[in-house]
Amino acid sequence: MIAFLIKRLFHALLVMFVISVIAFAIQDNLGDPIQQMVGQSVPESEREVLREELGLNDPFLVQYFRFAVNAAQFDFGYSYIYNEPTTEVVLRHLPATLELVFASTLLIIFLSVPIGVYSAIKPRAWLSRFFMGVSIIGISIPVFLTAIVLIQLFAIGVSFTPFPADTGWGAWLNGLLSTEGGMPAYGRGDPVHVFGTWTTNFASLEGLTYLVLPAISLASIMLPLFIRLIRAEMLEVMQSEYVKFARAKGISMRRIYFLHALKNTMLPVITVGGVQIGTLVAYTILTETVFQWPGMGLMFLDAIERSDIPLIVTYLMIVGLIFVITNTLVDLIYGLVNPTVKLTGKPA
Amino acid sequence: MFKKTLLAGALGAAMLTAALPQTALAENTLRMAYDADPVSLDIHEQLSGGILQLSHMAFDPLVRWTKDFEFEPRLATEWEQVDDTTMRISLREGVTFHSGNPFTAEDVAWTVERLKRSPDFKAIFEPIETVNVVDEHTVEIISKRPNPLLLNMATYIFPMDSQFYSGETDGGKAKDEIVKNGNSYASRNISGTGPFQVTNRQQGVRVDFERFDDYWDSESPGNVDAITLTPIGENATRVAALLSGDVDFIAPVPPNDLERIESDEDTNLVTMSGTRIILFHMNQERVEAFQDPRVRQAFNYAINQEGIADRLMKGFATPAAQFSPEGYSGHNPDLEPRFDLDRAKELMAEAGYEDGFSVSMMAPNNRYVNDAKIAQAVAAMLARINVTVDLKTLPKAQYWGEYDDRAADMMMIGWHSDTEDSANFHQYLTECPDADSGGGQYNAGNYCNEELDQLMVDANLEVDLEKRGEMLRELEQGLYDDAAFIPLHWQNLAWASAANVDIEPVVNVMNFPYLGDLVINEE
Repeated sequence: MIAFLIKRLFHALLVMFVISVIAFAIQDNLGDPIQQMVGQSVPESEREVLREELGLNDPFLVQYFRFAVNAAQFDFGYSYIYNEPTTEVVLRHLPATLELVFASTLLIIFLSVPIGVYSAIKPRAWLSRFFMGVSIIGISIPVFLTAIVLIQLFAIGVSFTPFPADTGWGAWLNGLLSTEGGMPAYGRGDPVHVFGTWTTNFASLEGLTYLVLPAISLASIMLPLFIRLIRAEMLEVMQSEYVKFARAKGISMRRIYFLHALKNTMLPVITVGGVQIGTLVAYTILTETVFQWPGMGLMFLDAIERSDIPLIVTYLMIVGLIFVITNTLVDLIYGLVNPTVKLTGKPA
Repeated sequence: MFKKTLLAGALGAAMLTAALPQTALAENTLRMAYDADPVSLDIHEQLSGGILQLSHMAFDPLVRWTKDFEFEPRLATEWEQVDDTTMRISLREGVTFHSGNPFTAEDVAWTVERLKRSPDFKAIFEPIETVNVVDEHTVEIISKRPNPLLLNMATYIFPMDSQFYSGETDGGKAKDEIVKNGNSYASRNISGTGPFQVTNRQQGVRVDFERFDDYWDSESPGNVDAITLTPIGENATRVAALLSGDVDFIAPVPPNDLERIESDEDTNLVTMSGTRIILFHMNQERVEAFQDPRVRQAFNYAINQEGIADRLMKGFATPAAQFSPEGYSGHNPDLEPRFDLDRAKELMAEAGYEDGFSVSMMAPNNRYVNDAKIAQAVAAMLARINVTVDLKTLPKAQYWGEYDDRAADMMMIGWHSDTEDSANFHQYLTECPDADSGGGQYNAGNYCNEELDQLMVDANLEVDLEKRGEMLRELEQGLYDDAAFIPLHWQNLAWASAANVDIEPVVNVMNFPYLGDLVINEE
């Protein structure tokens, strides 16, 4: 166990090292940060002074070495646009992103498990077919579009009037097709402060309304995937010998489904799920941009647009770290659920 | 739609009997969304639209532009040209800063001195030698040479609270230092004379303003008590926020959504012709053919500016044939876009290029409205005079590096004159490039005409504004005849608000809405 964790720590360091080298290597293609800092009529001589001050004229290795020495002391440099240490900037934006990811994860878990299990138990029911059909559509629509459609429907509202509105039934049908709007279209509102840089949207009903649309659109990518995954695994488990044996013994179907079969269904789902949480963090870039959600994704896009290289590097390294941590956790949980798995990979 | 904290019950009744004006009962909060928030609270850190918008909220300039390019007195009440290089300015009395310090002539002198140190502003303020304090409310601004643009510059002098910004911080740093990349005192603390005080700021998330109780301009009709500024970079989201009633005022409005907002009865749309010229340079150093004025003219004849403005920009642009927009002293009303394909072909033949040639072209794809599409349209139009265009479009962060390297034969740029003056265009875009003087810094055409340069230098020393205007119009004519560049259009500006927010009187072509004077009507 300890050996495993130490090994993972080295993995994390290696991942962060590789990311930082790559990020540094491409920085010349990310644009000129000076251009973003000064007005258009500032003469070249002034720009040169600034460039020198920021050390942008030094050769690659010198710049990287300076960065690496500081990074070893947890100093990742100053953001050009926020004028603050980049770690502080990222930490300030982190809670918003984590809350969004957490809300989406909850949605995914509480929707995909029942739907997946149901459509595995009753594969021919029309409701199962309906879920499968919708999930195909869900997988193929980009997040960006989902988000904009959600805003149009539930924040702005739409009114369709294909039926005569002056008749009772027409007005009723029109009302059925139209939406009111009224959900917040952007931002986090006034989140409640918890401690440090952490403010939360979970503390009040109003805060939750801000979370609903972004969480749904973020969940829309993963939800169909998990429904299909759970359904497929469950179907397979239902065919296995021990389930047949349990049925032969006359154990109630409910007990078989939810105690014996579901446990084994969840094994691969946990593995995939852990990896996908990392991916979800990456997808927040799109969702946060559309909803102006003040998290890391929005910050990262802003940093790219304004060539804030230190911030870009720090973000990439932290996201790399999140990936390594979630993978480690998944492996640990997997070990708990399935004791036959040996973490260190050596024969016992 | 607006938060109204009405004092309820007995208290309200008591106040009504005291016959207080209705506005004292209601609090008007303006929730607005721009595409970006100011990068700093230090108004001398960067010369940009966002910083100037902040300046007009938290500070007051000495004078400010009216809608028709006249000067309106603000902290300066009167001004008088003593001699060619000296201007005496009387300052408003009884003005206080947000910190409570009184506003005096010292603050003006201190501010100009600081502007001359700012990397972004020093070029504009170079002609000013010094500011002499005559008495507590009078200053004399001394220029190095006759300076016809002094009042234009004065629109950039937002007196800062010299006492507040003097001394050292706990960390031992000077409070007045201007730091581009770092945590300076002035970038986090602010004290001006303006209508609004900054109460809270989270960069990239929101800025909160509250009306300054002791604001000097008691005649202003403005009734906004508090402002929340949220940056919303995504066009679709910004529009959605307005349509859903989450915000009351947005800018800019993307051209694709103009119709949608116009047809919505709960919102208000204001558009006007802008001052930012969009143009293409033709690089004479890279392409020999461009040294022939006939070829440059042919390119100009081949471009259909009105077509681009009508169809591509959906009327959200004014076709241009020169730098200066209407209202500028150098605007030459005789110059019209000259689309004429036959004439273009004739000129190409005369110059010996009837079979055309090929050029490379670069344009940004996220800097100006429809920039990449405009470049594609121009490339297609040039194909009709047998010119093959190899077009590359880039995000702005990468584009400007390429621009500085003059990486293509034709490059797009948009330019707004910082001084709202015609000579500025020529100085940056078409003056003979000279690395030492900084002239022609963005002259990616390498166009050089010493006669016209001399005309600009003379104009900048001419204090008779009538005569100066004539010289600038002659300059535009010269550039037009020489076909120094390909002007396309002036990008229009658009703002939108909730129907009860009366933005029309406070917005202007400079794009600094005077929010202190904004009126929110009762619903």
